[in-house]
Amino acid sequence: MTIAGLYNYWIVILLMMTGFYVVIASGNLVKKIIGLNLFQASVFILYISLGKIADGHAPILQAGISNYSNPLPHVLILTAIVVGVATTSLGLALVVRIREAYDTVEEDEIHDQDESM
Amino acid sequence: MLIEVVNVVILALLAVTALAAVRLNDLFAVTMMFGIYSLLATIMFVVLDAIDVAFTEAAVGVGISTVLMLGTIGLVGRRARKASHRPILPLIVVIITGAALVYGTLDMPRFTDPAAPVHQHLGPYFLNESPDQIGIPNVVTSILASYRGYDTLGELAVIFTAGIGVLGLLGLRRRKRPGHEGGAR
Repeated sequence: MTIAGLYNYWIVILLMMTGFYVVIASGNLVKKIIGLNLFQASVFILYISLGKIADGHAPILQAGISNYSNPLPHVLILTAIVVGVATTSLGLALVVRIREAYDTVEEDEIHDQDESM
Repeated sequence: MLIEVVNVVILALLAVTALAAVRLNDLFAVTMMFGIYSLLATIMFVVLDAIDVAFTEAAVGVGISTVLMLGTIGLVGRRARKASHRPILPLIVVIITGAALVYGTLDMPRFTDPAAPVHQHLGPYFLNESPDQIGIPNVVTSILASYRGYDTLGELAVIFTAGIGVLGLLGLRRRKRPGHEGGAR
């Protein structure tokens, strides 16, 4: 029961750490941003998992149904998804700008160019 | 019971997709993995009763994010170099953080437990009061547009700021450059 009840959280942590690993271990800036998105989507799954009730229904009120999943995490995540795509687009625009200035998107090559200036 | 099985399978597929994205060095393939990952997350949201979130994730996560990434790859090139330094230190950091988080989950209420604290306060209030106070059946919409209306307004401010940032970084400069080269100066 314990493992079945915590399985969702553990997989979410695995996904989170995968995204985190891509962010800190990958040298390519585009891949870093994709890693950040993987991390972000895993947080969405965590929140939605918390809102689920056993045998619940989607929170759209209907006659004859009284058991609804919690709508509040859904609202928070709707906002987070839209804010997430805004930050992603800004990050990718920065990558394109860095590519114009340095002619590379690899972290260590950018570092070397800065050192040799 | 079916929902539990689907839940377990989709989560396992998510894990496989994420690990594949780590190992690949072709950015186009990594982006496609991210698209698949978002699509699987969308299915998760439907299984977990979050229909509105599933719609948004399908449109924004699978659609817009992936297209933005493909556009960026078109501009910067699709090959990522393999990391030159050894990934031991990041791996240690990730494992320690993950272990701490797993330890933290041991105290958490079990999945789908109706007695969890998250279901005791605001959730039932919105479900019981919104038909009278707002008058539309979709509770998520009621909360998003009315109870948390200022939050949604703040979200618009964030998107506007991000749009200005992107324009400042790319749009305005691009338009100026041909003018400089061919202009009177």
